Amino acid sequence: MKILVCISHVPDTTSKINFTEGDSRFDTNGVQFVINPNDEFGLTRAMWFKEQQGATVTVVNVGPADTEPTLRKALAIGADEAIRVNAEPTDGYYVAKQLARVVSEGNYDLIIAGRESIDYNGGMVPGMLASLCGANFVNTCIGIEVDGNSANVTREIDGGKEILKTTLPLVIGGQKGLVEEKDLKIPNMRGIMMARKKALNVLEPVEAETMTKAVSFEKPAPKGAVKLVSPDNLDELISLLHNEAKVI
Amino acid sequence: MSVLVYTESENGKFKKTAFEAASYASEVAKLLGTEVVAVAVNADNPGELAGYGVDKTLVVKNDKLSNFNEKAYADILAQAAGKSASSVVILSSSANAKYLAPVLAVALNAGYASNVIALPESTAPFTVKRTAFTNKAFSLTEINTPVKVLGIAKNSYGVIAAEGKGETEEFSPELGADDFSTEVVSVDKVTGKVSIADAEIVVSGGRGLKGPENWGMIEELADVLGAATACSKPVSDLGWRPHGEHVGQTGKPVASNLYIAVGISGAIQHLAGINASKVKVVINNDPEAPFFKAADYGVVGDAFDVVPRLTEKLKEFKANNA
Ligand SMILES: Cc1cc2nc3c(=O)[nH]c(=O)nc-3n(C[C@H](O)[C@H](O)[C@H](O)COP(=O)(O)OP(=O)(O)OC[C@H]3O[C@@H](n4cnc5c(N)ncnc54)[C@H](O)[C@@H]3O)c2cc1C
Ligand SMILES: Nc1ncnc2c1ncn2[C@@H]1O[C@H](COP(=O)(O)O)[C@@H](O)[C@H]1O
Repeated sequence: MKILVCISHVPDTTSKINFTEGDSRFDTNGVQFVINPNDEFGLTRAMWFKEQQGATVTVVNVGPADTEPTLRKALAIGADEAIRVNAEPTDGYYVAKQLARVVSEGNYDLIIAGRESIDYNGGMVPGMLASLCGANFVNTCIGIEVDGNSANVTREIDGGKEILKTTLPLVIGGQKGLVEEKDLKIPNMRGIMMARKKALNVLEPVEAETMTKAVSFEKPAPKGAVKLVSPDNLDELISLLHNEAKVI
Repeated sequence: MSVLVYTESENGKFKKTAFEAASYASEVAKLLGTEVVAVAVNADNPGELAGYGVDKTLVVKNDKLSNFNEKAYADILAQAAGKSASSVVILSSSANAKYLAPVLAVALNAGYASNVIALPESTAPFTVKRTAFTNKAFSLTEINTPVKVLGIAKNSYGVIAAEGKGETEEFSPELGADDFSTEVVSVDKVTGKVSIADAEIVVSGGRGLKGPENWGMIEELADVLGAATACSKPVSDLGWRPHGEHVGQTGKPVASNLYIAVGISGAIQHLAGINASKVKVVINNDPEAPFFKAADYGVVGDAFDVVPRLTEKLKEFKANNA
């Protein structure tokens, strides 16, 4: 089985979010970038398929050269090779088009992406990619088993989960649950050494449209101070929630 | 021309997200000077949508569609959009709608904006405000394709009554075998419990509760309020609570009216997922806990003392205000 794991390169979850150039661009100054957490779960699941079922694992990112450390980290975790499509990931459709080309050239059977990137929160690349490739698609995926050409997949739904049966080629939008938090792979010294020798191929992008554009950004208005209520006066809390906040 | 809206139902009944999406669609239609067409699949009372501004409902009845399936639903909506010459398609942010939207967008060759929180700021160019960076910021996004797909963030617009013509029309789109290439084997839904996605109120517990055996008081508090229960990430990582309850940047987003956090410190990754909630209450015995900076109301106290008493008082309050 050939697996492609789509890796989005995002600010670390503790990053302070600021904007520059008249609030039109994300300020990367001092920001630490990491593998998108949803993709980290997917990558670890891919490693399981590699170890248990002899799958080969390629990781891919659509981004400029400064995303390479993120791809190297994925190689250190155990991916066999990496591909970077050398382009600014301007919008979800554009990224999906670039990935679709990688999928068709590489004939991947299983494409693991994340439910969403934690930066722009588009939640659109995996679904668009599946449609563009004519592959099956399961979103908010929390479990996957593959047997030959068929896949049993568990998907989180509002208020529960469902089990689906489908066939490869398949794109999943993965998230936590795909593997347990404690099983997340972190690179060890040997992995880091080996990653240096693995191939990181750079492809030039194919022609594709962008359909959306982030024109400007703003931060939420700072909020007022908390109203503290004494633990001996919980009636006051109820009264505030009822009369002031009007939420109960 | 028209604005198309996907109105979700479950077991024949419209979900609240259907009314919220319809309300939003009806305002967009006003901005564009056109009408609202809804697509309702296996809904018992399509006429109900008239009260939220829907002019015409395309009623699809098909037993093969009793389980949601993104390909078939995208196919139906794409055909409806074609037939109704829709320039804007509105969906909610339910798990199913988020599954469907990108697939539909490709079928319509449309630009898609998710997590939209307000009416378009302008219609030419077409710009909408959406959340980004997990609620740490907003982005004004322009969609530059003739057809646009919008996913409306939960609880951001509200359910607003409006008068629509309320016509209904039977609609039997053609579905191909490929639409059913993914099959639902089983559905495991917690019944009799409010889901985080549907909840107006969410009561959430953190590591401060010490262990899974102490969740009874969280469930009781949630019960009085008709609330869903949730938890912080370490709590689900430790297996104290199911993964589906984990909220935050890497878990579920919460956009409830009221979010009550008990024994949760208020780490940035937790807050990111719950920022969209309107009113936040924190109960924590450490006055320095960062959650107090993010909350509207706070009680500095021991959860094991405060929560049971709060539950009792709320019971009285509910009894007196019923
Ligand atoms: C990549 C990444 C992603 C993450 N994503 C998420 C996420 O999505 N969601 C999430 O929640 N976290 C997330 N985290 C973890 C986050 O950083 C925090 O570690 C976590 O939120 C802390 O959980 P907690 O508040 O339950 O526990 P703690 O930080 O241990 O806090 C427990 C709190 O309980 C209070 N307490 C103790 N005893 C009592 C008592 N008797 N009564 C009242 N209060 C009491 C303490 O004062 C303390 O404030 C993420 C971390 C990383 C690195
Ligand atoms: N620039 C990118 N390069 C590779 N994969 C990406 C990129 N952007 C998004 N993805 C994948 O698509 C998923 C969802 O991203 P998004 O649609 O941006 O929320 C991510 O978790 C990744 O798996």
